[in-house]
Amino acid sequence: MLKTFSIGGIHPEENKLSAQSAIQELPIPQIATIPIAQHIGAPAKAIVKKGDVVKVGQVIAQASGFVSANIHSSVSGTVFKLDEVMDGTGFRRTSIIINVEGDEWLEHIDRSEDLVTEITHTKEEIIKRVSDAGIVGLGGATFPAHVKLSVPPGKTAEVLIINAVECEPYLTSDHRVMLEKADEVMVGTEILMKALGVNRAIIGIENNKPDAIAHMTQVATKYTGIEVCPLKTQYPQGGEKQLISATMNREVPSGALPIEVGAVVQNVGTAFAVYEAVQKNKPLFERIATITGKSLKNPSNWKFRVGTPVSDIIEAAGGLPEDTAKIVGGGPMMGKALVSLDVPLTKGSSGLLLLAQEETARKATKACIRCGKCVSVCPMGLEPYLLMVLADKKEYERLEKDAIMDCIECGSCSFTCPATRPLLDYIRLGKGKVGQIMRSRK
Amino acid sequence: MNTKVLVAPSPHIHSGDSIQKNMYGVVFAMLPALLLSFFYFGMGAFIVTLTAVASCYLFEFSIQKYLLKVEPSIKDGSALITGILLAFNMPANLPIWIIIIGALVAIGIGKLTFGGLGNNIFNPALVGRVFLLISFPVQMTSWPKALGFETSYFDAETGATPLAIIKEGLNKGDSLTDLLAKLPSNVDMFLGNMGGSLGEVAGAALILGLIYMLFKKIITWHIPVSIIATVAIFSGILNLSNPEAYAGPAFHILTGGLLLGAIFMATDYVTSPMSNKGMIIYGIGIGILTVVIRVFGAYPEGVSFAILIMNGFVPLINVSVKPKRFGEKRK
Repeated sequence: MLKTFSIGGIHPEENKLSAQSAIQELPIPQIATIPIAQHIGAPAKAIVKKGDVVKVGQVIAQASGFVSANIHSSVSGTVFKLDEVMDGTGFRRTSIIINVEGDEWLEHIDRSEDLVTEITHTKEEIIKRVSDAGIVGLGGATFPAHVKLSVPPGKTAEVLIINAVECEPYLTSDHRVMLEKADEVMVGTEILMKALGVNRAIIGIENNKPDAIAHMTQVATKYTGIEVCPLKTQYPQGGEKQLISATMNREVPSGALPIEVGAVVQNVGTAFAVYEAVQKNKPLFERIATITGKSLKNPSNWKFRVGTPVSDIIEAAGGLPEDTAKIVGGGPMMGKALVSLDVPLTKGSSGLLLLAQEETARKATKACIRCGKCVSVCPMGLEPYLLMVLADKKEYERLEKDAIMDCIECGSCSFTCPATRPLLDYIRLGKGKVGQIMRSRK
Repeated sequence: MNTKVLVAPSPHIHSGDSIQKNMYGVVFAMLPALLLSFFYFGMGAFIVTLTAVASCYLFEFSIQKYLLKVEPSIKDGSALITGILLAFNMPANLPIWIIIIGALVAIGIGKLTFGGLGNNIFNPALVGRVFLLISFPVQMTSWPKALGFETSYFDAETGATPLAIIKEGLNKGDSLTDLLAKLPSNVDMFLGNMGGSLGEVAGAALILGLIYMLFKKIITWHIPVSIIATVAIFSGILNLSNPEAYAGPAFHILTGGLLLGAIFMATDYVTSPMSNKGMIIYGIGIGILTVVIRVFGAYPEGVSFAILIMNGFVPLINVSVKPKRFGEKRK
């Protein structure tokens, strides 16, 4: 029997429409809008001003603090202005807007396709390069990668887990990276292993990608210490804690980080970015994203430059379908609904999903019939129906006791509820408030 | 961009599951037992079912519309389930006026006084049934014999249920072996060829419904299995301790409303616990109470009372039995 995580889970329709579409290169935009906050943590500090001429790969905003990440220019041209621009989160954030002229890269970036397998850098050098390159978790959470590589004193990493689960329906970018860049991913994994000082890595792939499992397993034989672990297709297996449970059969304690059980999890796309940063001197300014939707002419996978407007990738895939009712940045379970097509694609953009009215419109909220399905699908063993009621009644102490902060916001409860109750909306409200109370106590 | 787009928090898709799908799924699962009841009890079964369902719909609609002045919720299918379950709990020759009173109590008192679907503490059909059992003990316990289409609604030949035969016989001092010999064989009882309420007689048809509901993920195994297992174990222990005084597990499982209760009544979403652990505790409680009432109580049958009593414990179970939290054990 295939492995999977210990509690709950759902299996939504997979809809991997673009799985067979090879990665294509999206044309460079005429104007790039590069937000200085594309990661979890402190926004970077802009170090260019209006009129500055920049090259591809040049640092334009510097990390401000440990949990932060450098931002590099994805294009060459002239800085047109710094302005507040609406980004994928729906907030206005400072962005560096560049008028694109040509495509001139910094000279030290190795643009060849040659595979460089020999790892010459030390552990410290690797972490510095990853940090300099502005690499963040590319699964969508955008947590700065160098932070996770710096194991806190007193803790030891035993295993590196590469998250190649791609459990969100529709998305296929990780799938394509594995099929087309398997060797690069393996070298990236070796680099990460060296940085962490571990000699074992597990690549977790769900069995709805048999071609990727076969290919990666075969390529992995060339590398020592890397094993591919096929997993039963089950959402939210890409959640860090769920993936550790599935691959290692260990449960990260409530409120703790994966390192507590000796694990560090990195996304497969991150491993590829680490390869490029360390072996090719290439900072993170482009990545792969899926553009998909049932009515879209050409669901496909694209390598894009950070700062490209969302409308460009939609055009490349055949234009916005008439029945589009919602534009989601990311997958249908955890992605964010975008407010406009001018929003720039960023480091965290793993996909863009166009949903029609009948697929995404919410139905009327009915009375809870106490069927318990939300409880049985919750991967954290919580009671979503209860958390919703308690959040509505502002019972914050009970919410904390009933472990609301453990919620990973995977949405399995809202997805499942036969009474179409907005369980996660209320849980988010409750989490926000309880989090505030807990912080004020410290 | 000219078109307006929706902006809402995730998740952006839904499973498509609905209250209706689950309710009509339960109705579909009850069909084998319903059809079999027509086969065993003829016209009477049909009249009782039709009256019970029609009056449940009527009371739900009119109380909501004219008394509570809310949008009637008859389309969700729960009134249909209550109607069929109520009929399942009645003898096939019950007078129409008694059925209507039962439906009024089930829907009016059992369900709508608490606030409608989702808010009632006790299973509405059982509230109706127990009300009738206490108010009209004679009519509620005169069971037509299963004579198929020969069974007359108005002037049926009646007889006692296997549970009642045993109870009365033991009270009179007859030996259990003699009494059991008078009863239909286990196979006949499994197929429903015995006296009893409409829906409780056909174990085989009820189990077919259970398999369907498990397959469709309408319910989980926890409640039915824990009830049946508890009854088997408890009655087995009693039987081993004194085979002359206590009937064995097969008898207890196949007679009366045990399978009906375990499969369709105790599993009612609204009145059963939310977590798997809670469901098992609830099921064990029902199993123990059923055997205790049947063996030591005044009534020959105890499933309805057992379920209603455990219904009352459900809020307590929900508050005190928490599911296993992820990452809880390693602290």
